[in-house]
Amino acid sequence: MSILGGGIFKGMAVTLRNFVGSYFSKERFITTNEYSWRPESELPQSIGDYPKEEGEQLSDTTTVNHYSRNFPMLLHDTGEPMDTIRCVACQICERECPPQCIYIEKSTEKKENADGKPQFYPAKFDIDVSVCMSCQICVEVCPFDAIVMNSQFELSTPDRFGGLLVRRDDLLKSNDYYHKIHPQEAATRDERMAADKAAKEAKKKAAAEKAKAAAEAKAAAAEAANESKEDTE
Amino acid sequence: MSELFHESLLNEFPEALWDEAAGAVILPGANALAIAEWLLASGWDYCSNVTGVDYLEAEVKEKITNDAGETETVTRTEPGRIDVVYHLYSMANKTGPLIIKQRTGREGATVKSLTPVWRSCDLQEREVYDLFGVDFKGHPDQRRILMWDEFEGHPMRRDYIEPFDYEWEPTAHTEILEKHQRGKVIV
Amino acid sequence: MTTAAPNYELLQQEGLETSLLEISMGPHHPSTHGVFRMDVKLDGETVVELRPVFGYLHRNHEKLAENMTYLSSMPFTDRLDYFNSMTNNWAYALAAEKLIEVEVPERAEYLRVIMAELTRLVNHVTLVGFFVNDLGALGTPLMYAFREREKILDLFEQASGARMMCNYFRFGGLRNDVPEGWLDRTRELVDRFPAFLDEYEQLLCENEIILSRTQGVGNLSRELAVNAGITGPMLRASGVNYDLRKVDAYGIYDRFKFRVPYTDGDTGDCYDRFMIRMLEMRESVAILKQALADIPEGDIIGKVSKVFKPKPAEAYGRIEGPKGELGFYLIADGTTKPYRYRVRPPSLINLTVLRDMCLGGKIADACIILGSIDIVLGEVDR
Repeated sequence: MSILGGGIFKGMAVTLRNFVGSYFSKERFITTNEYSWRPESELPQSIGDYPKEEGEQLSDTTTVNHYSRNFPMLLHDTGEPMDTIRCVACQICERECPPQCIYIEKSTEKKENADGKPQFYPAKFDIDVSVCMSCQICVEVCPFDAIVMNSQFELSTPDRFGGLLVRRDDLLKSNDYYHKIHPQEAATRDERMAADKAAKEAKKKAAAEKAKAAAEAKAAAAEAANESKEDTE
Repeated sequence: MSELFHESLLNEFPEALWDEAAGAVILPGANALAIAEWLLASGWDYCSNVTGVDYLEAEVKEKITNDAGETETVTRTEPGRIDVVYHLYSMANKTGPLIIKQRTGREGATVKSLTPVWRSCDLQEREVYDLFGVDFKGHPDQRRILMWDEFEGHPMRRDYIEPFDYEWEPTAHTEILEKHQRGKVIV
Repeated sequence: MTTAAPNYELLQQEGLETSLLEISMGPHHPSTHGVFRMDVKLDGETVVELRPVFGYLHRNHEKLAENMTYLSSMPFTDRLDYFNSMTNNWAYALAAEKLIEVEVPERAEYLRVIMAELTRLVNHVTLVGFFVNDLGALGTPLMYAFREREKILDLFEQASGARMMCNYFRFGGLRNDVPEGWLDRTRELVDRFPAFLDEYEQLLCENEIILSRTQGVGNLSRELAVNAGITGPMLRASGVNYDLRKVDAYGIYDRFKFRVPYTDGDTGDCYDRFMIRMLEMRESVAILKQALADIPEGDIIGKVSKVFKPKPAEAYGRIEGPKGELGFYLIADGTTKPYRYRVRPPSLINLTVLRDMCLGGKIADACIILGSIDIVLGEVDR
């Protein structure tokens, strides 16, 4: 049987240990570490690193970690954004988006994409920041790897409606930018895309060869038939 | 007690039906409470989940073999119904689930409340009453639970039409825009 | 300004009358953990009638889910019990995986267990903090709990990209593999966690004020607990050995050695519920250590077609969430949307016995009893 109040004193000893410890041990002091992922040299060192002017953003590559997701962006390959846009306005993301924050209008005519193939493109592609919940479902359902997550988080604006509706041209970002903010993810994505493309081309080639072979065989058969015909004649 | 417990249930109460597709026993409306008490006495002491399922009137196409031995497609109308589904487990024997259903029509939907047998049905049956509009006969405290008391209609029914009470905000969505304009005409 | 003089004659004649006092605690009472209201009738300080009122956060999650594809409601499950998004994801994925035939890869199973147990640590450690906060220990223990929770949330963020709304599980596996070095960081955290638990126990478990406020308060008998469908730590505090990790052994829980703490069921009071959670954290650490030691390399998602379109069937998947049995009941009708989507919320069903536990007690105890049930209103109201 312990003395009355012993438990309280024991608890007090713990708070004292924490209080004193907070002066020496980082472990006890720091409750949250915003950029725990990044090496110390890359962290914003002081409050001065944050934007001072209105509209000024933290450096382009500010990202919390490799998988951080805040708001979608549209990807384009190297070149003029609208000439190399990957999106073909298939509207799968618009249908799948859980809070229904994407709004797409398909173009009426086709335009050449980065591969030189005529494709549709989004005439309008708006995302409502105030509705988006950063769930990344649009990224997962996109069959063209056209939409990925941006980690830019300073999106506040004085205009409640217009400013929070991000238009297509503001959403367009280059693949290089994607590589800068999510190097690991971008590399695997590019790898997979290249593999898919190679597989597709190989398939196409195989199909073409097969067709060629079939045509040759057909021709040969026809020839043979002709010959036999001639023979009989 | 095996997973095939429903066989002994069907032997005991031949008026209960076995729904093979859903793997559930459909209780007869008249003595659902008696069956529930028997189930509790047989060791199904834990009622995990209670919910309603609304089926609208539907046309079902069925292939049947007629007298002449030919297959023909017959269209029949399946009347709408509401199922109240109970998932039973046994904490004592650590078995389950045994799924039992009570079936009722959509108009004036009424089933027997199983709250006197399993207390865990209390809040969940109130929820089914609130969202599906099923009247539980014998429920000790049947009030709306999630919606407010003055609310009209039962939102989880599949033919529920949401009222026009949007606070309109400018948006890119034509659907909401149309709703707003419709509201303007009405008001 | 004139005030009417009291009628002293009348007061002397009849004495002061007493009557029952009706008060409405909430919906913004600090001890109700959200927008929750208790209509209480008091005789002096004694509760004679209590009626929980909720629904303020109701958004008809089930109807929303029935109007969108299976995958699209995954991020909405995060928002049910926003402390434990990982376990919510798992319960939903488990139910949906019953509708289709898919084999979850080994590595994904291990990661699922790791995430679920980390979530359990997050939930229990903050619950204990909030619980003693309700007792009047304002701040200090809660902040210690938040310090530890923050470290785990950092890990979640590194793996899934978000601290709380993780949206990490997919049908047949996980969304992405954990980044390099993540497992080492987790091992480090898990190794350090028992030291924190020792300190936390030293701080709270023998404190005389906590003992006298919680022991014998809010008793819940074993029979009532079972009949009322109470699950999770609350059930085990009433002396029932029922843990779905053992009973169903979903995922790969049959591979780990751990004990299920439960009481002898004499009292089932608030102190039991508090201690069960402290003990469960130790077991979670044990599971985490085994899982982190055994985790293999490999794929993280099984072969699932991109369009999730199950055949007509019914499925009920349930897991042992930190708050109790979290179940998802799905009815598929052959389209890409579920015909019926139902969440069995443990927080809501555990509230069934709130009235029984509070009656006859003091009004101050009602706050503690509510705290010991461990509710999150996002899940109660859905």
